[in-house]
Amino acid sequence: MLAQTIEALVKIGLVLGGVMTASAYLVLVERWIAAWVQDRLGPNRVGIPLTNIRLWGLGQPIADGVKLMLKGEAVPKHVDKPLYYLAPAVVFLGAILVFAVIPFGSVLPRGIFPESWQLHEPIELVIAPQLDVGMIYVLAVGGIAVYGVVLGGWGSNNKYSFFGAIRSAAQLISYEIPLGLGILGVVLATGSLRLDAIIAQQADSGWWNIVQQPLGFLVFTVAAFAEATRLPFDLPEAEQELVGGYHTEYSGIKLMLLLVSEFLHMIAAAFLMVVLFLGGWHIWGLTDGIDSPGGELVTWPVAVLRVVIMLAKVLAVILFFMIARWSWPRFRFDQLMQIAWRVMIPWGLANLGVVAIMIEYGDRIGAATGIDWRIWMALIGFATLIIVWAATVIADPSRTDNRPRRDLPVPSFLADEAN
Amino acid sequence: MDPHDKSIRWIKPPELGLLERSYLPLFLDGITTTLRHLFSRKKTVQFPDEPHQIPDPLLYRGVHRLNRDEQGRVKCVACFLCATACPAHCIDIVAAESPWPDREKYPESFTIDELRCIFCGMCEEACPVDAIELTSLYDLSGKSREEMIFDKEKLLSVYDQTIDKEPMRSRRQTAQPAGARSTLPTDRRDGLPTDNDPS
Repeated sequence: MLAQTIEALVKIGLVLGGVMTASAYLVLVERWIAAWVQDRLGPNRVGIPLTNIRLWGLGQPIADGVKLMLKGEAVPKHVDKPLYYLAPAVVFLGAILVFAVIPFGSVLPRGIFPESWQLHEPIELVIAPQLDVGMIYVLAVGGIAVYGVVLGGWGSNNKYSFFGAIRSAAQLISYEIPLGLGILGVVLATGSLRLDAIIAQQADSGWWNIVQQPLGFLVFTVAAFAEATRLPFDLPEAEQELVGGYHTEYSGIKLMLLLVSEFLHMIAAAFLMVVLFLGGWHIWGLTDGIDSPGGELVTWPVAVLRVVIMLAKVLAVILFFMIARWSWPRFRFDQLMQIAWRVMIPWGLANLGVVAIMIEYGDRIGAATGIDWRIWMALIGFATLIIVWAATVIADPSRTDNRPRRDLPVPSFLADEAN
Repeated sequence: MDPHDKSIRWIKPPELGLLERSYLPLFLDGITTTLRHLFSRKKTVQFPDEPHQIPDPLLYRGVHRLNRDEQGRVKCVACFLCATACPAHCIDIVAAESPWPDREKYPESFTIDELRCIFCGMCEEACPVDAIELTSLYDLSGKSREEMIFDKEKLLSVYDQTIDKEPMRSRRQTAQPAGARSTLPTDRRDGLPTDNDPS
C-alpha cells in the first residue's frame, strides 16, 4: 500500500511539475511564434541572471513568473470578494485535475523493484490508472472551468469581465456537445472509456482514429479549440472588444493562475487529440502495440520511445494551436453559436451514426467484399466528411441576416419622430 | 433608428460563392500566410548590438546643430524665424549686436530644449541662412533635464561632430556681406519663381 502511495505521489509530482514547467515554456514558445509570424525576433534577451549569457531568451519564463508573483496585487474595491478570490482557484483546479487520467506514455517494464515490494507489476504512466470512467472524468472536470470563469466575471463586478463571462458560459457549454459527440465516436469504436484502452486499440489495429473517423476528428478539433478559448474562438477574452474579458480585474498571482489555466486547457486539449485520434504513443513499425496493454514485452528503450513519441505528437498539436492563432480571424458571436449548433452538432451526429453502422456491420461488409473492414471504414469516413461538408456549404446554415426588418411597419414611437 | 429613413443607404453584403462558403480558401490562405511569415527574414534590428541604419542621413530629423561659416563663426543671424516657427517653443535666442561687419545681429546665446523639441524640422525650414539643421544623431540621452538643454557651444560642437559625415545642406554656400543683400532674404525659393512674383 505504501509503495502504491509513493508511486502515485511520484507520478503526481512528475506530471504537476512537468505540466507547470511546460506551460511556462509554452508561453515563451507562443511569444516566439507570435513574433516570428509578425516578422519580429521575439524574447531572446533573458538568460542566466547577473551574466551576459542570453541562451536565446530561455530565462524569460522564469522572469515572467517571478514578476507576476512579486507584483503588487490590486484588488478593486467594487469586487465581490469571496467570488473574486474563489474564481482563479476553481479555474486552476479544473484545469489541472484533468491530467490525473491523461496518460503520458504507456507502461514502464516490470522488474524495476524487487518482488517483495508488491510493485513488480508494470507501472502505468498515468496518475490514476485503471480508472474506467476516464473520458467522463475529463468531461466532468473540464466543465468545472466554466464555473470559475463565470465566478470571476461576475465577482469582478465590471462590465467587460461580465461580458467575457457570459460569452464564455454560452460558448463553453455549447461546445461541450460537439466535444462529447467527437469523443463518443471514439468511445464507440473502442468500447471503453479508458484513455489507455483507446490508445491500445489504435496501436493494436494500427488504424488511428483520425483515419477511421476524420469527421469526428474535425468536430473534436473545432470543439477543443473552442473549449480552450483559443483563436479563432477566443471570444471570452477578445482583447479588442473586452479589454481582458473575465480576467480584466485580476492582477499578480491570481492573473497568473488564470493565464496558466488557459495554457493547461490547451495542453490537455492537445493530449486528448493525440490520445483519441492520433494514436497516442503509437508509430507504425517503431512502437507497435501487439504487446500492450500487459506490457510483458515492453523493454526500456520501447517504454522511453513511447513517451518521447507521445510528447512529440502533443508538442506538434500545440504548435498547430499556436500557428492557428495567427491564421484566421475571430468569429463573430452569432457565427460562433451557429457553428456549434447548426454545423458541429449535426456533423458530430452524422459521424456517430456512421461509426455505429460500421461497428455493427463492418465485419459483414468486410467479409462480403474480401477487403479489410477498416479500409471500408476509412473510405466511408472520408466520404461522409466530404458529403457532410458539401451539404453544409449548399445549405449554408450559418448564414445570418443582421439587417433591420424593413418590411415591418415603423413602430409608432419612431414614426412620430420621423414625421 | 428608423429603417425607412430615406437618408440611409442600404448596402447588400457581397454574395459568397460555394467555394467561399466552404471556408477552405480562407483556411488555406490564412495558414499559408502565417507559414510564409513564420519562416521569412525578420525585420528586427537588435539596436544596441547592431547599429540602426538610417536610410538617408540628410533627410533624418535628429539632434540639432548650429552651422559654422568658413571662418568658424556661428552662421546664425539671430533673426528669430526659427523660434517663431517652432511649434513646441523650445528655441530661446538672445540677440546682440554683431561684432562682425557682414551682419547686424548675432546670437549671444542660443539654447534649444531638446526635451521639448518634437523634431518636426520647422526651424530648419524657416532658417534663411541655413544656420540650424537637424542631424542624423538619434540616440540622444541625458541624466538630467539640465543636461538636455543645449546651449550655443553644445550645438556648435554637434556641428563639429557631424560635419564630416553630413555636409551642410546649404542652399547658400557663403554668407554674403550685409550691403550686398538684405539681412533677411525674401527669395526663399532660391531662384524658383515665387507665387507673388510680379513678372
